[in-house]
Amino acid sequence: MPTFEPIVGRYISMVVAGDTMRIYVEEAGSGIPLVCLHTAGSDSRQFRHLMTDPSITDHYRVLTFDLPWHGKSNPPIGWREIEYKLTTGLYKETVVAFCQAMELNQPVIMGCSMGGRIVLHLALEYPDDYRAVIALEGADRLKPYYDTDWLHRPDVNGGEVAAGFVSGQIAPQSPSEYRWETLWAYMQGGPGVFKGDLYFYWVDGHFDDRSVQIDTTRCPVYLLSGEYDSSCTPERTRDTAERIKGSKAVVMKGMGHFPMSENPALFREHILPVLKEIRVNN
Amino acid sequence: MIEKLADYVNNNHALVRQGRFINYSILVGVGETDFIIRIDGGRVTGVRHRQLNIDSGRFAIRAPTEIWEEFWRPMPKRGHHDLFSMMAAGLAQIDGDLLPFMQNLQYFKDLLGALRPASIGN
Repeated sequence: MPTFEPIVGRYISMVVAGDTMRIYVEEAGSGIPLVCLHTAGSDSRQFRHLMTDPSITDHYRVLTFDLPWHGKSNPPIGWREIEYKLTTGLYKETVVAFCQAMELNQPVIMGCSMGGRIVLHLALEYPDDYRAVIALEGADRLKPYYDTDWLHRPDVNGGEVAAGFVSGQIAPQSPSEYRWETLWAYMQGGPGVFKGDLYFYWVDGHFDDRSVQIDTTRCPVYLLSGEYDSSCTPERTRDTAERIKGSKAVVMKGMGHFPMSENPALFREHILPVLKEIRVNN
Repeated sequence: MIEKLADYVNNNHALVRQGRFINYSILVGVGETDFIIRIDGGRVTGVRHRQLNIDSGRFAIRAPTEIWEEFWRPMPKRGHHDLFSMMAAGLAQIDGDLLPFMQNLQYFKDLLGALRPASIGN
């Protein structure tokens, strides 16, 4: 008999910005829906360790999907005529459409990096629709430190430069196996997709002027960031937590920007208490 | 320390293969001292002090001596563990033609990281 992992992958159609999108979704476990949002330029594989951890899947129905243009989700029809650029509005609409298409009732939303930023926008705009939000490596204001044009041009290999851009975002303590698995996914992104995601991450997603309005009594907010993260630094995480009254922030020592995929054993030490608290409070 | 770079790089076959299309010099500034590093087919074939002001490389990466020393420690502090992270933290800077750097980004990160005991990422 083959020994399968408990993760099941399927495709679903949903409408985003007027386009019918073919979206790849994976899920495992049962209980409270926990939607996981991958980082810019990567895909849902980043969450595979969470989805095979009975300590989580015994209590949560863990779902993750590849955003349009990413992984096994298609870009919209006519993509060749479009310069992909993820905006705050489009990203919010995509996550909302996914939750509706999957008929999820008050899920917990956990995103990493750009996913960690969008969950804060969602907590502000739709506080009653989510049981809680968890921002991994997510802050309400960031400072770009590289020129994203390098990520999409014919004289530089897009996959290799994307991985090279983020390789230093992985903590030196993280196991080599998972470091290179994380970077492998970056090497496989479509042309211009990482760059297009970074439009949201570096440019369009700032909202430190509005994050103070998030009501954590209606939607609890958790912020978990890695010590070695060069974009969502511990300082920016703490600044964000100070603005979002009632939020809970943790800086994960010896961790980088991709906690769930770069060091799953260390990450579970941080995420299990958060998931337990959300479960108990509900 | 950087004078010994060839010893650390040229026996690393994966790294040499990664840089197999590189045939030029780069400049690395360690504090006030500039080094010209010659690379041929991914192998380091020369590391020498800059002799003339007209000596240069395709691009130059510079950081204070203490920053490089931290970068080369077995487990560097955050911000010091990676060339990009050093630049993000304002600890290092790059000048010159960035195209060859970006075309071989991981190679150059690993080239300079090769001086670190039990290099990260191997």
